[in-house]
Amino acid sequence: MQKLMLLGDEAIAQGAIDAGMSGIYAYPGTPSTEITEYILQSKDAKEKKIRAGWSTNEKTAVEGALGMSYAGKRAMTCMKHVGLNVAADAFINSSITGVNGGLIVVSADDPSMHSSQNEQDSRFYGNFAMIPILEPSNQQEAYDMVHYGFDLSEKYSIPVMMRITTRLAHSRAGVIRTKSHEQNEVKLPSNPNQFILLPGNARKQYKTLLSNQALFEMEAANSGFNQYIEGTDKKMGIIACGISFNYLMENYADRVVPYPVLRIGQYPVPVDQVRRLYNECDSVLVLEEGYPLIEELLRGMLNNGKTVRGRLDGSLPRDGELSPNLVAKALGHEVAKEVSVPSIVANRPPALCKGCPHIFSYNALNEAMAEVGKGRVFADIGCYTLGFMEPYHAIDTCVDMGASITMAKGAADAGLLPAIAVIGDSTFTHSGMTGLLDAVVDNSPITVFILDNETTGMTGGQDSNGLGKLEAICRGLGVDPEHIRVVSPMPKSHDENVRIIKEEIAYQGVSVIIPRRECIQTAARRHKADAKLKGKEA
Amino acid sequence: MKKDIILGGVGGQGILSIAAIIGTAAVKAGLYLKQAEVHGMSQRGGDVQSNLRISDQPIASDLIPVGKADMIISVEPMEALRYVPMLAADGWIITNTTPFINIPDYPSKEELLEVIANQPHHIILDADAIAKELGSAKAANVVILGAASPFLGLSYEQIEDAIRITFGRKGDEVVNLNLAALKAGRDEADQQMR
Repeated sequence: MQKLMLLGDEAIAQGAIDAGMSGIYAYPGTPSTEITEYILQSKDAKEKKIRAGWSTNEKTAVEGALGMSYAGKRAMTCMKHVGLNVAADAFINSSITGVNGGLIVVSADDPSMHSSQNEQDSRFYGNFAMIPILEPSNQQEAYDMVHYGFDLSEKYSIPVMMRITTRLAHSRAGVIRTKSHEQNEVKLPSNPNQFILLPGNARKQYKTLLSNQALFEMEAANSGFNQYIEGTDKKMGIIACGISFNYLMENYADRVVPYPVLRIGQYPVPVDQVRRLYNECDSVLVLEEGYPLIEELLRGMLNNGKTVRGRLDGSLPRDGELSPNLVAKALGHEVAKEVSVPSIVANRPPALCKGCPHIFSYNALNEAMAEVGKGRVFADIGCYTLGFMEPYHAIDTCVDMGASITMAKGAADAGLLPAIAVIGDSTFTHSGMTGLLDAVVDNSPITVFILDNETTGMTGGQDSNGLGKLEAICRGLGVDPEHIRVVSPMPKSHDENVRIIKEEIAYQGVSVIIPRRECIQTAARRHKADAKLKGKEA
Repeated sequence: MKKDIILGGVGGQGILSIAAIIGTAAVKAGLYLKQAEVHGMSQRGGDVQSNLRISDQPIASDLIPVGKADMIISVEPMEALRYVPMLAADGWIITNTTPFINIPDYPSKEELLEVIANQPHHIILDADAIAKELGSAKAANVVILGAASPFLGLSYEQIEDAIRITFGRKGDEVVNLNLAALKAGRDEADQQMR
């Protein structure tokens, strides 16, 4: 088979296409977005009639995938780590129902928070749901694990989590495809009670999940993705999970580590192999990307066994992603003193693009708020969060998807008036609609900006499910149509926009202002594509 | 053969187009490759880099160890200096001189170029001007690639082939423009190294 140069994300996508997946459900989120984008662009996937598209949020995505699994087909759902918080209800309960067709839940973690608000480790969620977790160390494994994961999922009727981190998601390497698997036929679950989690059923299902734990551990112990590599120097044993194995190997030019190494790519943790390493060696070094999950278990609350080193004792930093150099230091290798960045180099933080509609929304908002005072603008997650930066300083909060509207409402309830919410069109349909209903029910005096750039901008311009529907959604939720104002975020409309904002701030009820203009990035791409099409026609 | 390359620039400048051409040449030559990219928030006008590793042996880490890079290829002068800690003592900096100014405290261009010129091994060229002279500012990145071509561990012909593959579907005119851009960058490097 031909070797493809694929991002880790793309390797997962190609793996899913080849492993007989019938549908993928996802909400965009860095670093997971490219999985679904690859399938959306794949000719192969189109020919195989694979269902691919963006869900309204991660919870609807997991539920969609679970429904496809119920119908007997293989399904995948993908999200960034914090997206799994949104999907947690569906995710945790899917481990109780189990699956019919194979189901893989991909959660892409972002240690070092390159594009995220925290660096939570999805392996804890996998353990919480008590399901097998696969953690690839390279692109080929990412591809292979999708095949393996669907088989494992169907063997035990259990969702399987695939956990990746930013470096693997966004790094490219050669991947060799294996032969492809036919899609499943539609087939009802053999047990008609399986998906009805009434307490009587759920108790039975939960007992099955509990009794399967030993089998999941056996699978991990026998898995080719977990490997005990002999070493002669028993002063130290090393546990290396996922991509951290690469950083370990990078430190040995001949790729031979003198110490015994337990390489882990499948969970639950293979306890017998861990015990062997612990018994054979004087101390253990644990290399994990993310939180110190294994290290914490191994060390225990009292830490009164053998020396366990890693993120908890300072051998490695407690936060942030690992690197070859950090692992070198933990191994006790001499590391040359780092040259510093020349002092002339200035920081270049991300910024709103030139001509971005959000700039003009913030300019108008800032002017309208000047006489009101600071600390009253509750924002949300997207490109517009950059409104915090110079020169705008336009927003005061950014917590989680949808929190702008509900936090503005809570602050208004407390008497902090006026309270303004700023949310993007895609974030609004993701998690803002329910909060707006709360505000309508209480007739809270808040002013909600839905910055409508007609796309999901920050992640690269995926279709926004609210496109063309925002006013209707707001009306449907009960916002007074007279207080739903669509404005044009252009310099020439500035004065009018300021006036409208002031009017709506003065209104003692829920008002919604929708500054609407297409994202300049997606607009530029569209114009380019149109021009190309015209060129072809001519 | 092993080359560890840091590609630097600003989000939107298209550093991955350079990576793609080197990658195509490397894969065609039967080499192993790993290429870590930046996607997401930093793409919005922030500093971006890519770690590109090519080798005739399997590559372990997706990230290049600090202080071990063979070269920094940068499409922007200040971004070239940002990655100096990554560079090995005998490593090369190949950089464009045209600044991308989207921050209020961007340093003076003259001082920047002086700091770069004080680094031990460097090729400094105005790729934008060279590309414009050839007929298209868009080819600036290929000019820079040309200037980096003596250091890549790939033959010049292999890189030319990769350009033919990369731009082939855009027609002969685009291919020839980019081959000329590659040559112009290479000539500039040869002259500076003399």
